[in-house]
Amino acid sequence: MSTIFPIGPFHLALKEAALLKLEVEGERIVGGDIKLGYMHRGIEELATKKSYHSNIFLAERVCGICNTAHSTCYAQTVEALMGIDPPARAGYIRTIVFEAERLQSHLLWFGVGMHEIGYDTAYMYMWMEREHALDMLEAICGKRVNLGINTLGGVRRDITPDKMSFIRTKLDLLERAVRKTGKLIGEDRVVKARVKDVGVLTRDEAKRLCVVGPTARGSGVNIDTRRDDPYAAYPNVEFDVPVEEGGDVLSRTLVRLRELSQSIKIIRQALNDMPGGPIALEELPFPRVGEALGRVEAHRGELVYYIRSDGTNSPERVKIRTPSVVNNNSLIPMMLGETIADAPIILASIDPCFSCTDRVTIVDVRKNKEKTMTLSDLRRGRPA
Amino acid sequence: MFARKKSPWVMHLPCGGCNGCDIEVVAALTPRYDVERFGVLQKGTPRHADVLLVTGVVTAQVKERLKRTYEMTPNPKFVVAFGSCAIDGDIFRDGYGYAGPLDEVLPVDTYIPGCPPRPEALIDGLNKLLQKVR
Repeated sequence: MSTIFPIGPFHLALKEAALLKLEVEGERIVGGDIKLGYMHRGIEELATKKSYHSNIFLAERVCGICNTAHSTCYAQTVEALMGIDPPARAGYIRTIVFEAERLQSHLLWFGVGMHEIGYDTAYMYMWMEREHALDMLEAICGKRVNLGINTLGGVRRDITPDKMSFIRTKLDLLERAVRKTGKLIGEDRVVKARVKDVGVLTRDEAKRLCVVGPTARGSGVNIDTRRDDPYAAYPNVEFDVPVEEGGDVLSRTLVRLRELSQSIKIIRQALNDMPGGPIALEELPFPRVGEALGRVEAHRGELVYYIRSDGTNSPERVKIRTPSVVNNNSLIPMMLGETIADAPIILASIDPCFSCTDRVTIVDVRKNKEKTMTLSDLRRGRPA
Repeated sequence: MFARKKSPWVMHLPCGGCNGCDIEVVAALTPRYDVERFGVLQKGTPRHADVLLVTGVVTAQVKERLKRTYEMTPNPKFVVAFGSCAIDGDIFRDGYGYAGPLDEVLPVDTYIPGCPPRPEALIDGLNKLLQKVR
């Protein structure tokens, strides 16, 4: 006899509203289902009502944590429709902001991950270090979140020499933070015990579910859009793509940890090699009738934008495939056979972003067999 | 009442936002801004909370749940609308998922505008709320 154990929609373990139904036998998870859609805002439809230019800001607000990933991907797709290339300096600035944002996103993840396994001291330390990355973004873009750096055909703000030296000092501080994090993951036996061999996603399963980003790289699938299909200034910088074979939560953690050092390395190179010249094109052509596909490696994995243009001022169709959409499917296979206590860290280990996901229709093919607590039960009952 | 004035416990209710506000709320709770030094504690259940901190647009899906959560919170209770989305829908106002501003669903005591507001704005907003309580 199994029972359904609901988590959410408002729950401390979740940063966003989502309902997770876990089917449990005793402590073991034997099945489960995710109900999403609480954050559905209808962005794809909204994008067809707005002009190409105002959609940059809409794209940023798909997800506040990876906002530059969204706006870069959107801008690149529209630039492909317009048949233009932004100036080289703009590409470098995009790369720097992109990687600085990856730094803050991954440090945020480490904080949340530590919080999920009950290590709140580390959570506070991580978020303290994350502020250095935010200082960096604020110096470049004038804002902490939803940066508004990208525009069609370039970027809106330049990186001046005094900003460069500020970024370099902050990078040194972040490098120290990354070393500290590595020590924490590598040496703390309690942390290791909580994440090792927990939530395993095998390589075959990862390929079957088409997972992307650190979730795929943690399972030994060597994919990274920055290397496979380089954009902005990525063809000109050197970096490694960290891959781990374990497939458990620890592997995904280590992938993110090594990506932090790679991001610092990329920003340093980009700062050194940044060419001069304009940061944006003065004149923009009209988007041609047709379609374009753009992809970038966001912090959670590959992000895809598809835009169809009918020659008017606003797109005819915008389709956004965010990394969390595919990664969420891997949650239930990861959780099967684990205990309830491990569910939050497994959930957190793919760094799910429901505000990204809720714009697509998730077709629920699974039938709940045994006793199911309905939503009204949940509302009447205790918050899990 | 003294404890409420000196140590309000907040519950963070993320609705249909972009996460931008949510991470700024968490940033306010962590060492750089640290609202905990003013006695503000984050709570995981509405039954323990004095202040509901609502971020993001009120979507059609989340509207009923929001009302329900408000009813579960013991009196006296206060609602803070954090971010432009909760106040008037901001960029998502024309979308079909938008179900009206927050103050049509819950009685809002303090508005904190911005997209997203900085953590300092949250501290200021909570301060103004507590002044009002006095």
